[in-house]
Amino acid sequence: MQSEIVISGFGGQGALFAGQLLAYTALDAGLHTTWFPSYGPEMRGGTAHCTTIVSDAPIGSPVVRHPRAAVVMNLPSLERYEPLVKAGGVLVVNSSIVERHVQRTDLQVLRVPGDDVAQELGDGKVTNLVLVGALLTRLPVLELEQVKRTLEHVIPERRRNLLAMNLQALERGAALADPLAAAV
Amino acid sequence: MARALLKGNVAFAEAAVRAGCEAYFGYPITPQTEALEHMAKRMPELGRAFVQAESEVAAINMVYGAATAGVRVMTSSSSPGVSLMMEGLSYIAGTRVPAVLVDVMRGGPGLGNIAPAQSDYAQMVRGGPHGDMKMIVLAPATVQELIDLTVEAFDLAERYRCITVVLADGSLGQMMEPAELPPMRTPRAADERPAWALTGARGREPHALTSIYLDPEQEEAYNLELQATYRAIEAAEVRYVEERLEGARIAVVAFGTAGRLSLTAIDAARAEGIEVGLFRPVSLYPFPEERLRQLAERVDALLVVEMNAGQMIDDVRRVTRERVPIRFYGRTGGVVPMPEEVLEAIRGLHAELVREEAVA
Repeated sequence: MQSEIVISGFGGQGALFAGQLLAYTALDAGLHTTWFPSYGPEMRGGTAHCTTIVSDAPIGSPVVRHPRAAVVMNLPSLERYEPLVKAGGVLVVNSSIVERHVQRTDLQVLRVPGDDVAQELGDGKVTNLVLVGALLTRLPVLELEQVKRTLEHVIPERRRNLLAMNLQALERGAALADPLAAAV
Repeated sequence: MARALLKGNVAFAEAAVRAGCEAYFGYPITPQTEALEHMAKRMPELGRAFVQAESEVAAINMVYGAATAGVRVMTSSSSPGVSLMMEGLSYIAGTRVPAVLVDVMRGGPGLGNIAPAQSDYAQMVRGGPHGDMKMIVLAPATVQELIDLTVEAFDLAERYRCITVVLADGSLGQMMEPAELPPMRTPRAADERPAWALTGARGREPHALTSIYLDPEQEEAYNLELQATYRAIEAAEVRYVEERLEGARIAVVAFGTAGRLSLTAIDAARAEGIEVGLFRPVSLYPFPEERLRQLAERVDALLVVEMNAGQMIDDVRRVTRERVPIRFYGRTGGVVPMPEEVLEAIRGLHAELVREEAVA
Protein backbone atom coordinates (compact mmCIF):
# COMPACT_ATOMS: atom_id res chain seq x y z
CA MET A 1 0.00 0.00 0.00
CA GLN A 2 1.42 3.34 -1.08
CA SER A 3 0.27 6.84 -0.10
CA GLU A 4 1.37 9.96 -1.93
CA ILE A 5 1.04 13.28 -0.15
CA VAL A 6 1.53 16.67 -1.79
CA ILE A 7 2.06 19.72 0.40
CA SER A 8 1.91 23.04 -1.40
CA GLY A 9 1.94 26.72 -0.52
CA PHE A 10 3.83 30.00 -0.75
CA GLY A 11 7.56 29.80 -0.14
CA GLY A 12 8.05 30.41 3.58
CA GLN A 13 4.86 28.61 4.64
CA GLY A 14 6.83 25.50 5.48
CA ALA A 15 5.50 23.14 2.82
CA LEU A 16 8.89 21.53 2.26
CA PHE A 17 9.59 21.00 5.95
CA ALA A 18 6.13 19.53 6.56
CA GLY A 19 6.74 16.99 3.78
CA GLN A 20 10.17 16.16 5.18
CA LEU A 21 8.65 15.61 8.60
CA LEU A 22 6.32 12.99 7.13
CA ALA A 23 9.27 11.31 5.40
CA TYR A 24 11.37 11.28 8.58
CA THR A 25 8.38 9.82 10.43
CA ALA A 26 7.97 7.09 7.83
CA LEU A 27 11.66 6.22 8.20
CA ASP A 28 11.28 6.03 11.98
CA ALA A 29 8.23 3.82 11.51
CA GLY A 30 10.26 1.40 9.39
CA LEU A 31 8.42 2.26 6.15
CA HIS A 32 9.77 3.12 2.70
CA THR A 33 9.62 6.78 1.83
CA THR A 34 10.71 9.42 -0.67
CA TRP A 35 10.60 13.21 -0.49
CA PHE A 36 10.69 15.11 -3.75
CA PRO A 37 10.71 18.92 -3.68
CA SER A 38 9.97 21.57 -6.21
CA TYR A 39 13.22 23.43 -6.56
CA GLY A 40 14.35 26.30 -8.64
CA PRO A 41 14.99 30.01 -8.81
CA GLU A 42 12.36 30.50 -6.14
CA MET A 43 12.02 32.82 -3.18
CA ARG A 44 9.87 33.61 -0.19
CA GLY A 45 6.42 34.34 -1.55
CA GLY A 46 6.93 32.18 -4.63
CA THR A 47 5.42 28.72 -4.80
CA ALA A 48 6.86 25.70 -3.02
CA HIS A 49 5.55 22.18 -3.07
CA CYS A 50 6.78 18.69 -2.40
CA THR A 51 5.63 15.11 -2.70
CA THR A 52 6.18 12.65 0.12
CA ILE A 53 5.50 9.00 -0.60
CA VAL A 54 5.08 6.46 2.17
CA SER A 55 4.86 2.77 1.37
CA ASP A 56 5.32 -0.69 2.81
CA ALA A 57 7.19 -1.69 -0.37
CA PRO A 58 10.14 -0.13 -2.23
CA ILE A 59 9.06 3.03 -4.06
CA GLY A 60 9.45 3.42 -7.80
CA SER A 61 8.56 6.90 -8.95
CA PRO A 62 9.07 9.68 -6.39
CA VAL A 63 6.38 11.73 -8.18
CA VAL A 64 2.86 10.85 -9.30
CA ARG A 65 0.23 12.73 -11.22
CA HIS A 66 -2.62 11.77 -8.89
CA PRO A 67 -1.65 11.87 -5.22
CA ARG A 68 -3.66 10.23 -2.47
CA ALA A 69 -3.69 13.47 -0.47
CA ALA A 70 -2.90 17.15 -0.84
CA VAL A 71 -2.44 19.88 1.74
CA VAL A 72 -3.01 23.23 0.06
CA MET A 73 -1.96 26.30 1.96
CA ASN A 74 -3.01 28.96 -0.56
CA LEU A 75 -5.39 29.50 -3.47
CA PRO A 76 -2.94 28.76 -6.31
CA SER A 77 -2.20 25.42 -4.66
CA LEU A 78 -5.91 24.59 -4.48
CA GLU A 79 -6.33 25.49 -8.16
CA ARG A 80 -3.43 23.23 -9.06
CA TYR A 81 -4.14 20.17 -6.91
CA GLU A 82 -7.92 20.00 -6.57
CA PRO A 83 -8.27 18.38 -10.01
CA LEU A 84 -5.38 15.98 -9.38
CA VAL A 85 -6.09 14.26 -6.06
CA LYS A 86 -7.25 10.66 -6.50
CA ALA A 87 -10.97 10.07 -6.13
CA GLY A 88 -11.71 9.29 -2.50
CA GLY A 89 -8.49 11.03 -1.49
CA VAL A 90 -7.94 13.74 1.10
CA LEU A 91 -7.74 17.47 0.44
CA VAL A 92 -6.76 19.69 3.38
CA VAL A 93 -7.39 23.39 2.72
CA ASN A 94 -5.99 26.31 4.71
CA SER A 95 -9.38 28.04 5.02
CA SER A 96 -7.84 31.09 6.73
CA ILE A 97 -6.72 32.44 3.37
CA VAL A 98 -8.50 30.19 0.86
CA GLU A 99 -12.06 31.38 0.62
CA ARG A 100 -13.10 29.37 -2.39
CA HIS A 101 -14.77 26.08 -1.61
CA VAL A 102 -13.79 22.77 -3.13
CA GLN A 103 -15.89 21.91 -6.18
CA ARG A 104 -15.24 18.20 -6.32
CA THR A 105 -17.61 15.97 -4.41
CA ASP A 106 -15.55 12.77 -4.50
CA LEU A 107 -12.89 13.87 -2.01
CA GLN A 108 -12.61 13.96 1.76
CA VAL A 109 -12.26 17.71 2.25
CA LEU A 110 -10.98 19.26 5.44
CA ARG A 111 -11.19 23.05 5.60
CA VAL A 112 -8.95 24.01 8.50
CA PRO A 113 -8.22 27.62 9.54
CA GLY A 114 -4.51 26.93 9.73
CA ASP A 115 -3.25 30.52 9.87
CA ASP A 116 -5.77 31.51 12.55
CA VAL A 117 -4.84 28.58 14.74
CA ALA A 118 -1.17 29.30 14.19
CA GLN A 119 -1.66 32.93 15.24
CA GLU A 120 -3.49 31.80 18.37
CA LEU A 121 -0.57 29.55 19.19
CA GLY A 122 1.70 32.55 18.82
CA ASP A 123 3.46 32.06 15.49
CA GLY A 124 1.95 32.15 12.02
CA LYS A 125 4.75 29.89 10.78
CA VAL A 126 3.22 26.72 12.28
CA THR A 127 0.29 26.71 9.84
CA ASN A 128 1.97 23.81 8.06
CA LEU A 129 1.81 21.54 11.07
CA VAL A 130 -1.77 22.50 11.97
CA LEU A 131 -2.75 21.27 8.51
CA VAL A 132 -0.58 18.15 8.76
CA GLY A 133 -2.21 17.34 12.09
CA ALA A 134 -5.58 17.50 10.35
CA LEU A 135 -4.35 15.38 7.45
CA LEU A 136 -3.17 12.59 9.74
CA THR A 137 -6.72 11.98 10.98
CA ARG A 138 -7.71 10.90 7.46
CA LEU A 139 -4.52 9.22 6.37
CA PRO A 140 -3.87 6.29 8.63
CA VAL A 141 -0.41 5.49 7.23
CA LEU A 142 1.35 7.57 9.87
CA GLU A 143 0.22 8.12 13.43
CA LEU A 144 0.09 11.51 15.07
CA GLU A 145 2.03 10.26 18.09
CA GLN A 146 4.81 8.95 15.84
CA VAL A 147 4.97 12.26 13.98
CA LYS A 148 5.34 14.07 17.30
CA ARG A 149 8.15 11.77 18.46
CA THR A 150 9.94 12.23 15.14
CA LEU A 151 9.54 16.01 15.26
CA GLU A 152 11.32 16.07 18.59
CA HIS A 153 14.52 14.77 17.05
CA VAL A 154 14.42 16.32 13.57
CA ILE A 155 13.53 19.90 14.47
CA PRO A 156 16.60 22.02 13.69
CA GLU A 157 18.62 23.08 16.74
CA ARG A 158 18.00 26.79 16.07
CA ARG A 159 14.23 26.16 16.18
CA ARG A 160 14.21 23.97 19.29
CA ASN A 161 12.57 26.75 21.30
CA LEU A 162 9.56 26.36 18.98
CA LEU A 163 9.19 22.60 19.54
CA ALA A 164 6.33 22.86 22.04
CA MET A 165 4.40 25.20 19.75
CA ASN A 166 4.89 22.86 16.78
CA LEU A 167 3.64 19.89 18.80
CA GLN A 168 0.59 21.92 19.82
CA ALA A 169 0.01 22.84 16.19
CA LEU A 170 -0.14 19.16 15.22
CA GLU A 171 -2.54 18.40 18.07
CA ARG A 172 -4.80 21.37 17.39
CA GLY A 173 -4.99 20.45 13.72
CA ALA A 174 -5.92 16.87 14.56
CA ALA A 175 -8.52 17.96 17.10
CA LEU A 176 -10.08 20.42 14.64
CA ALA A 177 -10.33 17.77 11.94
CA ASP A 178 -12.47 15.44 14.01
CA PRO A 179 -15.60 17.57 14.43
CA LEU A 180 -15.02 18.89 10.91
CA ALA A 181 -15.61 15.40 9.61
CA ALA A 182 -19.33 15.81 10.25
CA ALA A 183 -19.45 19.02 8.17
CA VAL A 184 -17.83 17.50 5.04
CA MET B 1 25.69 2.88 10.28
CA ALA B 2 21.92 3.26 10.39
CA ARG B 3 19.76 4.36 7.52
CA ALA B 4 19.12 8.08 7.43
CA LEU B 5 16.93 10.29 5.29
CA LEU B 6 19.46 11.76 2.86
CA LYS B 7 19.29 14.24 0.01
CA GLY B 8 20.96 12.83 -3.10
CA ASN B 9 23.49 15.62 -3.54
CA VAL B 10 24.59 15.55 0.09
CA ALA B 11 24.62 11.75 0.06
CA PHE B 12 27.06 11.40 -2.84
CA ALA B 13 29.32 14.14 -1.49
CA GLU B 14 29.54 12.46 1.92
CA ALA B 15 29.99 9.08 0.22
CA ALA B 16 32.99 10.52 -1.64
CA VAL B 17 34.44 11.86 1.62
CA ARG B 18 34.08 8.40 3.16
CA ALA B 19 35.60 6.76 0.10
CA GLY B 20 38.77 8.68 0.87
CA CYS B 21 38.40 11.51 -1.62
CA GLU B 22 41.33 13.81 -0.86
CA ALA B 23 40.56 16.71 -3.16
CA TYR B 24 37.39 18.26 -4.57
CA PHE B 25 37.29 21.06 -7.14
CA GLY B 26 34.03 22.47 -8.43
CA TYR B 27 31.85 25.37 -9.32
CA PRO B 28 28.25 25.87 -8.16
CA ILE B 29 25.42 24.96 -10.49
CA THR B 30 21.86 23.88 -9.76
CA PRO B 31 20.72 21.12 -9.30
CA GLN B 32 23.94 19.80 -7.71
CA THR B 33 25.13 22.76 -5.61
CA GLU B 34 24.37 21.08 -2.26
CA ALA B 35 27.21 18.66 -3.07
CA LEU B 36 29.69 21.51 -3.44
CA GLU B 37 28.30 23.11 -0.30
CA HIS B 38 28.75 19.88 1.65
CA MET B 39 32.32 19.51 0.40
CA ALA B 40 33.10 23.13 1.28
CA LYS B 41 32.34 22.28 4.89
CA ARG B 42 33.61 18.71 5.17
CA MET B 43 36.89 18.71 3.26
CA PRO B 44 38.60 21.50 5.26
CA GLU B 45 37.28 19.91 8.48
CA LEU B 46 39.22 16.78 7.58
CA GLY B 47 42.31 18.62 6.40
CA ARG B 48 41.61 17.76 2.75
CA ALA B 49 41.52 20.02 -0.29
CA PHE B 50 38.42 21.94 -1.40
CA VAL B 51 38.57 24.68 -4.00
CA GLN B 52 35.65 26.53 -5.49
CA ALA B 53 37.26 27.24 -8.81
CA GLU B 54 36.56 30.31 -10.96
CA SER B 55 34.83 28.15 -13.56
CA GLU B 56 34.23 24.55 -14.55
CA VAL B 57 37.14 24.82 -16.99
CA ALA B 58 39.43 25.65 -14.09
CA ALA B 59 37.87 23.00 -11.85
CA ILE B 60 38.46 20.13 -14.26
CA ASN B 61 42.06 21.21 -14.84
CA MET B 62 42.59 21.29 -11.07
CA VAL B 63 41.20 17.75 -11.00
CA TYR B 64 43.70 16.85 -13.75
CA GLY B 65 46.60 18.26 -11.74
CA ALA B 66 45.61 16.52 -8.52
CA ALA B 67 45.03 13.24 -10.38
CA THR B 68 48.59 13.24 -11.73
CA ALA B 69 49.78 13.41 -8.12
CA GLY B 70 47.96 10.14 -7.44
CA VAL B 71 45.38 11.47 -4.97
CA ARG B 72 41.71 10.52 -4.97
CA VAL B 73 40.05 13.46 -6.67
CA MET B 74 36.62 14.38 -7.92
CA THR B 75 34.40 17.11 -9.24
CA SER B 76 30.66 17.39 -9.69
CA SER B 77 28.51 19.59 -11.86
CA SER B 78 25.42 19.66 -14.03
CA SER B 79 24.98 19.56 -17.79
CA PRO B 80 26.15 23.03 -18.96
CA GLY B 81 29.00 22.92 -16.44
CA VAL B 82 30.01 19.46 -17.62
CA SER B 83 30.05 20.71 -21.22
CA LEU B 84 32.70 23.20 -20.16
CA MET B 85 34.82 20.33 -18.84
CA MET B 86 35.09 18.42 -22.10
CA GLU B 87 38.64 19.43 -22.99
CA GLY B 88 39.90 18.65 -19.51
CA LEU B 89 38.17 15.28 -19.49
CA SER B 90 39.90 14.36 -22.74
CA TYR B 91 43.29 15.37 -21.33
CA ILE B 92 42.66 13.31 -18.19
CA ALA B 93 41.65 10.28 -20.25
CA GLY B 94 44.60 10.87 -22.61
CA THR B 95 47.00 11.01 -19.68
CA ARG B 96 45.52 7.87 -18.14
CA VAL B 97 44.97 9.25 -14.69
CA PRO B 98 41.94 8.39 -12.54
CA ALA B 99 39.22 10.89 -11.72
CA VAL B 100 35.57 10.86 -10.70
CA LEU B 101 32.88 13.15 -12.09
CA VAL B 102 29.30 13.26 -10.84
CA ASP B 103 26.97 14.83 -13.42
CA VAL B 104 23.56 15.76 -12.04
CA MET B 105 21.88 16.30 -15.40
CA ARG B 106 19.37 19.09 -16.10
CA GLY B 107 17.23 20.22 -18.99
CA GLY B 108 18.98 21.50 -22.11
CA PRO B 109 20.34 22.26 -24.64
CA GLY B 110 22.05 25.55 -23.89
CA LEU B 111 21.39 27.13 -20.53
CA GLY B 112 18.14 25.15 -20.56
CA ASN B 113 16.70 24.94 -17.08
CA ILE B 114 17.39 23.31 -13.74
CA ALA B 115 14.79 20.54 -13.96
CA PRO B 116 15.74 16.83 -14.12
CA ALA B 117 16.76 15.39 -17.51
CA GLN B 118 18.76 12.55 -19.02
CA SER B 119 19.66 14.30 -22.23
CA ASP B 120 23.43 13.99 -21.78
CA TYR B 121 23.52 10.22 -22.22
CA ALA B 122 25.11 10.49 -25.67
CA GLN B 123 27.61 13.09 -24.48
CA MET B 124 28.83 10.93 -21.63
CA VAL B 125 28.59 7.51 -23.23
CA ARG B 126 29.58 8.13 -26.83
CA GLY B 127 31.74 11.14 -26.91
CA GLY B 128 31.76 14.65 -25.68
CA PRO B 129 35.48 14.80 -25.13
CA HIS B 130 37.56 14.47 -28.29
CA GLY B 131 39.63 11.49 -29.26
CA ASP B 132 39.11 7.73 -29.11
CA MET B 133 38.32 7.66 -25.42
CA LYS B 134 35.77 6.17 -23.10
CA MET B 135 34.65 6.93 -19.60
CA ILE B 136 32.98 4.39 -17.35
CA VAL B 137 29.44 5.74 -16.89
CA LEU B 138 27.28 4.54 -14.00
CA ALA B 139 23.62 5.51 -13.66
CA PRO B 140 22.03 5.29 -10.19
CA ALA B 141 18.27 5.18 -9.69
CA THR B 142 18.07 5.59 -5.92
CA VAL B 143 19.94 7.60 -3.32
CA GLN B 144 21.45 4.34 -2.02
CA GLU B 145 22.76 3.48 -5.48
CA LEU B 146 24.06 7.02 -5.86
CA ILE B 147 26.11 6.49 -2.68
CA ASP B 148 27.30 3.01 -3.58
CA LEU B 149 28.23 3.88 -7.17
CA THR B 150 30.11 7.00 -6.07
CA VAL B 151 32.28 4.89 -3.78
CA GLU B 152 32.75 2.32 -6.52
CA ALA B 153 33.57 5.05 -9.04
CA PHE B 154 36.82 5.82 -7.22
CA ASP B 155 37.86 2.17 -7.17
CA LEU B 156 37.05 1.68 -10.85
CA ALA B 157 38.81 4.88 -11.88
CA GLU B 158 41.96 3.75 -10.11
CA ARG B 159 41.77 0.13 -11.26
CA TYR B 160 41.61 1.17 -14.92
CA ARG B 161 43.29 4.58 -14.68
CA CYS B 162 40.27 6.17 -16.31
CA ILE B 163 37.46 8.62 -15.62
CA THR B 164 34.37 7.24 -13.97
CA VAL B 165 31.21 9.29 -14.36
CA VAL B 166 28.25 8.92 -12.04
CA LEU B 167 25.39 10.06 -14.24
CA ALA B 168 22.50 11.20 -12.08
CA ASP B 169 19.78 13.76 -12.73
CA GLY B 170 18.19 16.66 -10.91
CA SER B 171 15.50 14.60 -9.27
CA LEU B 172 17.99 12.20 -7.73
CA GLY B 173 20.14 15.10 -6.58
CA GLN B 174 17.24 16.93 -4.98
CA MET B 175 15.16 14.12 -3.52
CA MET B 176 15.50 12.63 -0.05
CA GLU B 177 15.31 8.92 0.60
CA PRO B 178 16.46 6.60 3.38
CA ALA B 179 19.94 5.33 2.67
CA GLU B 180 23.03 4.11 4.45
CA LEU B 181 26.43 5.72 4.12
CA PRO B 182 29.56 3.57 3.99
CA PRO B 183 32.12 3.49 6.79
CA MET B 184 34.89 6.08 6.68
CA ARG B 185 37.96 4.93 4.75
CA THR B 186 41.28 6.51 5.57
CA PRO B 187 42.81 8.21 2.53
CA ARG B 188 45.99 6.65 1.23
CA ALA B 189 49.17 7.75 2.94
CA ALA B 190 51.60 9.86 0.92
CA ASP B 191 53.98 6.89 0.49
CA GLU B 192 51.19 4.67 -0.86
CA ARG B 193 50.63 6.57 -4.09
CA PRO B 194 50.45 4.53 -7.33
CA ALA B 195 53.78 3.93 -9.08
CA TRP B 196 52.80 6.16 -12.04
CA ALA B 197 52.00 9.17 -9.83
CA LEU B 198 54.09 12.32 -9.97
CA THR B 199 55.43 12.49 -6.46
CA GLY B 200 58.75 14.22 -7.01
CA ALA B 201 61.56 12.04 -8.28
CA ARG B 202 63.69 12.13 -5.16
CA GLY B 203 65.39 8.75 -4.70
CA ARG B 204 63.94 7.21 -7.86
CA GLU B 205 64.08 7.44 -11.63
CA PRO B 206 62.01 10.35 -12.98
CA HIS B 207 58.91 9.57 -15.02
CA ALA B 208 56.41 11.72 -16.86
CA LEU B 209 52.68 11.81 -17.47
CA THR B 210 51.43 13.35 -20.69
CA SER B 211 48.75 13.20 -23.33
CA ILE B 212 50.93 14.45 -26.14
CA TYR B 213 52.58 12.04 -28.59
CA LEU B 214 53.69 13.96 -31.65
CA ASP B 215 54.68 10.84 -33.56
CA PRO B 216 51.44 9.33 -34.93
CA GLU B 217 52.80 5.79 -34.66
CA GLN B 218 53.61 6.34 -31.02
CA GLU B 219 50.19 7.90 -30.49
CA GLU B 220 48.59 4.91 -32.16
CA ALA B 221 50.46 2.49 -29.94
CA TYR B 222 49.24 4.48 -26.97
CA ASN B 223 45.70 4.42 -28.34
CA LEU B 224 45.89 0.65 -28.65
CA GLU B 225 46.79 0.44 -24.98
CA LEU B 226 43.75 2.57 -24.19
CA GLN B 227 41.58 0.35 -26.34
CA ALA B 228 42.88 -2.75 -24.56
CA THR B 229 41.84 -1.14 -21.27
CA TYR B 230 38.37 -0.46 -22.66
CA ARG B 231 38.03 -4.09 -23.76
CA ALA B 232 38.96 -5.16 -20.21
CA ILE B 233 36.34 -2.78 -18.80
CA GLU B 234 33.71 -4.14 -21.20
CA ALA B 235 34.52 -7.70 -20.12
CA ALA B 236 34.44 -7.11 -16.39
CA GLU B 237 32.38 -4.10 -15.39
CA VAL B 238 28.89 -4.56 -16.84
CA ARG B 239 26.15 -3.76 -14.33
CA TYR B 240 22.39 -3.92 -14.65
CA VAL B 241 19.26 -4.55 -12.59
CA GLU B 242 16.34 -6.72 -13.68
CA GLU B 243 12.91 -6.50 -12.08
CA ARG B 244 9.74 -8.51 -12.76
CA LEU B 245 11.23 -9.96 -15.97
CA GLU B 246 10.28 -13.55 -15.12
CA GLY B 247 7.80 -14.56 -17.83
CA ALA B 248 7.52 -11.00 -19.16
CA ARG B 249 6.36 -10.43 -22.74
CA ILE B 250 7.34 -6.78 -22.70
CA ALA B 251 10.55 -5.39 -21.23
CA VAL B 252 10.86 -1.73 -20.40
CA VAL B 253 14.47 -0.61 -20.85
CA ALA B 254 15.26 2.51 -18.85
CA PHE B 255 18.15 3.85 -16.78
CA GLY B 256 18.35 5.96 -13.63
CA THR B 257 15.24 7.91 -12.66
CA ALA B 258 13.39 6.82 -15.82
CA GLY B 259 13.98 3.26 -14.64
CA ARG B 260 12.56 3.73 -11.18
CA LEU B 261 9.51 5.63 -12.33
CA SER B 262 8.87 3.00 -14.99
CA LEU B 263 8.75 0.43 -12.21
CA THR B 264 5.68 2.13 -10.75
CA ALA B 265 4.03 1.92 -14.18
CA ILE B 266 5.11 -1.71 -14.54
CA ASP B 267 3.47 -2.67 -11.25
CA ALA B 268 0.27 -0.93 -12.33
CA ALA B 269 0.36 -2.72 -15.70
CA ARG B 270 0.97 -6.08 -14.06
CA ALA B 271 -2.07 -5.45 -11.86
CA GLU B 272 -4.00 -5.17 -15.14
CA GLY B 273 -2.61 -8.50 -16.30
CA ILE B 274 0.06 -7.21 -18.68
CA GLU B 275 3.24 -9.27 -18.39
CA VAL B 276 5.90 -6.58 -18.29
CA GLY B 277 9.21 -6.18 -16.50
CA LEU B 278 12.14 -3.79 -16.27
CA PHE B 279 15.68 -4.02 -17.61
CA ARG B 280 17.69 -1.20 -16.08
CA PRO B 281 21.25 -0.72 -17.34
CA VAL B 282 23.37 0.60 -14.47
CA SER B 283 26.65 0.75 -16.37
CA LEU B 284 25.83 2.79 -19.48
CA TYR B 285 29.41 2.29 -20.56
CA PRO B 286 30.10 -0.56 -20.61
CA PHE B 287 26.55 -1.15 -21.88
CA PRO B 288 25.03 -4.51 -20.81
CA GLU B 289 25.00 -5.73 -24.39
CA GLU B 290 25.05 -9.51 -23.97
CA ARG B 291 22.30 -9.57 -21.37
CA LEU B 292 20.06 -7.24 -23.39
CA ARG B 293 20.64 -9.33 -26.52
CA GLN B 294 19.52 -12.43 -24.63
CA LEU B 295 16.50 -10.59 -23.27
CA ALA B 296 15.43 -9.59 -26.78
CA GLU B 297 15.35 -13.27 -27.66
CA ARG B 298 12.75 -14.12 -25.04
CA VAL B 299 10.40 -11.10 -24.97
CA ASP B 300 7.99 -9.96 -27.68
CA ALA B 301 8.74 -6.25 -27.55
CA LEU B 302 10.85 -3.58 -25.88
CA LEU B 303 9.77 -0.19 -24.61
CA VAL B 304 12.61 2.28 -24.09
CA VAL B 305 11.80 5.07 -21.64
CA GLU B 306 14.14 8.03 -21.28
CA MET B 307 14.04 11.60 -20.05
CA ASN B 308 15.32 12.78 -23.42
CA ALA B 309 14.34 12.58 -27.08
CA GLY B 310 15.78 9.07 -27.51
CA GLN B 311 19.50 8.52 -26.92
CA MET B 312 20.03 5.16 -25.22
CA ILE B 313 17.52 3.71 -27.67
CA ASP B 314 20.24 3.82 -30.34
CA ASP B 315 22.27 1.38 -28.25
CA VAL B 316 19.21 -0.80 -27.66
CA ARG B 317 18.59 -0.94 -31.42
CA ARG B 318 22.22 -1.68 -32.19
CA VAL B 319 22.56 -4.40 -29.58
CA THR B 320 19.27 -6.19 -30.28
CA ARG B 321 19.44 -5.60 -34.04
CA GLU B 322 15.74 -4.83 -33.72
CA ARG B 323 14.84 -8.50 -33.65
CA VAL B 324 11.70 -7.45 -31.70
CA PRO B 325 9.66 -4.25 -32.08
CA ILE B 326 11.18 -1.37 -30.11
CA ARG B 327 8.96 1.53 -29.04
CA PHE B 328 9.97 4.71 -27.28
CA TYR B 329 8.47 6.99 -24.67
CA GLY B 330 10.35 10.07 -23.57
CA ARG B 331 9.89 13.58 -22.25
CA THR B 332 12.42 16.30 -22.88
CA GLY B 333 13.46 19.71 -21.63
CA GLY B 334 13.31 18.84 -17.94
CA VAL B 335 9.82 17.34 -17.91
CA VAL B 336 9.76 14.25 -15.72
CA PRO B 337 7.40 11.67 -17.22
CA MET B 338 4.70 10.62 -14.80
CA PRO B 339 4.29 6.87 -14.20
CA GLU B 340 0.75 7.22 -15.60
CA GLU B 341 2.23 8.24 -18.97
CA VAL B 342 4.57 5.25 -19.01
CA LEU B 343 1.62 3.02 -18.12
CA GLU B 344 -0.22 4.38 -21.19
CA ALA B 345 2.80 3.55 -23.35
CA ILE B 346 2.93 0.01 -21.94
CA ARG B 347 -0.80 -0.43 -22.59
CA GLY B 348 -0.35 0.84 -26.14
CA LEU B 349 2.46 -1.58 -26.87
CA HIS B 350 0.52 -4.43 -25.28
CA ALA B 351 -2.52 -3.63 -27.45
CA GLU B 352 -0.25 -3.67 -30.48
CA LEU B 353 0.95 -7.18 -29.60
CA VAL B 354 -2.62 -8.39 -29.02
CA ARG B 355 -3.72 -6.99 -32.41
CA GLU B 356 -0.83 -8.71 -34.16
CA GLU B 357 -1.78 -12.01 -32.55
CA ALA B 358 -5.37 -11.57 -33.68
CA VAL B 359 -4.18 -11.04 -37.26
CA ALA B 360 -1.90 -14.06 -37.06
